[in-house]
Formats: sequence, structure tokens, C-alpha cells
Amino acid sequence: MKPRAPLPLPAIFGIPAAIALVTTAGLVIALLDDGLVDALSWAALSVPILAAVWSWRNRER
Amino acid sequence: MTNRTIRIWTLIHKWTSLICTLFMLLLCLTGLPLIFHDEIESLSAEDNLPPMPAETPMKSLDEAVASALATYPGERPLFLSFDEDRPVVNVTTGPTARPPVSQMHISAIDLRTTRILADLNDDQGFMHAMLRLHVDMFAGLPGELFLGFMGFLLFLATLSGVVIYAPFMRKLSFGTVRAGRSRRLKWLDLHNMLGIVTLMWVVVVGLTGVINTLSVPLVAYWRSNELAAMIAPYEGKPVPERFASVDAAVRKAMEAAPGMRPQFVAFPGVRFSSNHHYAVWLKGATPATNRILTPALIDAETGAFTDMRSMPWYMLALRLSQPLHFGDYGGLPMKVLWAVLDVLTIVILGSGLYLWIARRRGAQEQAGASPGLRAVAGEAAE
Repeated sequence: MKPRAPLPLPAIFGIPAAIALVTTAGLVIALLDDGLVDALSWAALSVPILAAVWSWRNRER
Repeated sequence: MTNRTIRIWTLIHKWTSLICTLFMLLLCLTGLPLIFHDEIESLSAEDNLPPMPAETPMKSLDEAVASALATYPGERPLFLSFDEDRPVVNVTTGPTARPPVSQMHISAIDLRTTRILADLNDDQGFMHAMLRLHVDMFAGLPGELFLGFMGFLLFLATLSGVVIYAPFMRKLSFGTVRAGRSRRLKWLDLHNMLGIVTLMWVVVVGLTGVINTLSVPLVAYWRSNELAAMIAPYEGKPVPERFASVDAAVRKAMEAAPGMRPQFVAFPGVRFSSNHHYAVWLKGATPATNRILTPALIDAETGAFTDMRSMPWYMLALRLSQPLHFGDYGGLPMKVLWAVLDVLTIVILGSGLYLWIARRRGAQEQAGASPGLRAVAGEAAE
């Protein structure tokens, strides 16, 4: 899907900002405790990787 | 953004990237095995603890130190550190108070027998080479600071990359990868997509790496300021001829800080202590506080408690920069994620280099157009 009109900045940076926030949370929470938060951190740090996988799988051929 | 602004940011991105890319590739490649150094080293570990009854009494720390010194006659103790979950201490000895690392000896000692389990003098082998290449490229402090500066350039490259991401993506939805047209377009889209999704990880690992390269100057600053203030009455006193009991010093420090546990002891004269004291570095007992170290100073001549102060902010930043750079604080799954993100970073660096080469080749073929501007304007208009 390719929009015609130029996208406003919030549309360009919305998803990247969300991924950055989730990454930050994942990096920080694992410092605070062991156990459950480690698992949360793994989930959070998987988000940028999954986003990359998703966008490669949906590449325009 | 005007075309002029875009062009300036493109130039910043191009030059900061070009300067640091080869060094960053080196750091990413050598960092990959280092993420798993615990696992790799335990494969060849020979220091398996012999089984003994659980109630076996511990020998004193002084006996452990004596055992290390008996193995390396003529040396003096420098550090004593405690293993996390087994009755083992690691005693570092050396010919002088502040010898180069290559002259230090580290002995892992079973506290129940004071028998040396292993010497950890790993100054050769694959992992050691990876570590040295990663830390200072075998060039000591100048090499370390140089890599720190390269890390700072990576930060600028990342920042400028985010700025010029906007004009590239003006007409594309997030995550677009146009793989069906030219090879250059495919790699451009991959470079942009991978760069923006790994942004925060790259920034955190990059900047904490930069802070780690400042460890030597930061500790020196701490020693000449905070530590100097703590030991003002002792100023100018020489290193004592004989040291009082290190075992008693650790007990005294733990009495002064209930609920904290010792992480390591720095002997008088070393980088992490004064000339006249044992510095017992205590850590909190909970996962949230066990990275925060508090040094307690014990007079190494009399065994008396001198002072205890929490670390200043820059030492705390240095301390927290280690796990955030190493990725060793969330078990094996976190290390695997670290490795994947590291590989993605290698792809970003490699594709950036490829795009620069491809663009130069393109520019030579159609001379005249400004390559930086055409790169942005041309692709963004797709």
C-alpha cells in the first residue's frame, strides 16, 4: 500500500516510536528484577526483530 | 524540511557512518562470540567444584590469599572477588600495586580447602583475542578511547539516519521493502527499515559502550575526588608494610552495611582503593540493588572502619553501562536476542557501505547530479 499524498511526521514516526519505547522498556525492566520481568523483557526485545521479519515477509516482489 | 536541510543531514550521515563503519563491523563481529563468553568458557572449564558435605566449614579469606601467594611467590594481593553462588573466591595477585593486566594472576580458590581450582590467566586463545580486539584493538587506553570516539560517531550516524528517514518515507508506509525492482532500492529499503526498528537497541548498546571506554579516566577521577575526600586524614601515608586481616575487614564492612553483600575487595594501593585501606565493595541483596556498589574503607593497618559512601552518579552510570552493553542480565534468551540484534546491525552497516559504493558508481556513470540530494530526492519520489 502506497499512499499518494506526503505522509505527516506522526504517520512516519508513529510505529518506529512505539518500537523504540517497547525496546527501552525491555532493556530497563530486566535490570530491576529476575524471573517474570525477564520474560517480559524477552517479549519486548523481540518486537524490533519481529517487525523486521514482518516487513521482509511482506516485501514487494 | 527544505532540500538544503536534508542535504546537510545526509552529509552528516554519510561522513559519520563512513568513518566508523569498519570499526563498528569489527565491534559487531567480535562482540558476537563475546555475548556468549560465559557459555563458551564453561565448555572448557576445568574448575568444577569437588563435591563435599554441605556443612563443610569455610577457611578464612586470609588463608585463601595465602594460598594464592604461595603459588605466585614475590607477588602481592590486588583484588579478591566473591563468586555469586558457590564457595569460591578469586584472588588477583601481581608484582606491584598497579601492574599491567598482562602481569596479573587470577586464582579461583575453593574456600573449603583453599585449594586452587583454576588459574584464570586467560591471556591467549580465541576469546581473549576477541575481547582485546573489541575493547582496545590491542592498543591499550588510546585504543579504548579511540573506539569510544567511533561509538560516538555511530551515535551521530544513527541520529542523522533518523532525521533523513523522514524524507525517504514521505510516501511509503512503515516497513515497505521494494524487493522487486533494483538491487539498490531493495537494500536501501532494508537499510532504512532495519535501521529504524533497531534504533533504540543500537543507541543504548552504542552509548553504554562509549561509557565503558571511559572507565579508566572515570575511576581515576573518582579516586582523586570522592576517594580522596573519604581518606583525607590519611593523606600522604604510604602503603602499610603488613596488612591486617582481610577476613576481619570484610566482616567489619558487612557490620557497617546490614543487608549488603561483598562483591570484591580492593587491596591497599590498587586502582579501586586508597594506599592505606581495604576497599570492600558491597552490593545490595535484591536484583534491583545488586548492581549498585558501595565502597566501605577499612584501615589496612589497624583494621578499623574509616568511611563508607555511595557511588557518585558517574560511577553508577559506568556500573549500569556494563549489563546494558553486554546483554548478560536476562538469561540465555536475552543473549540470543542480543545476538540477533547484533547481526541485524551488521546488515545495516554492510548495506550502508554497499549503498555508498553503488551510489558512487551510479554518480560516475551520470556525472553532474549531486549524489547526496539525488539519493534522497530520487528515492523519496518513487
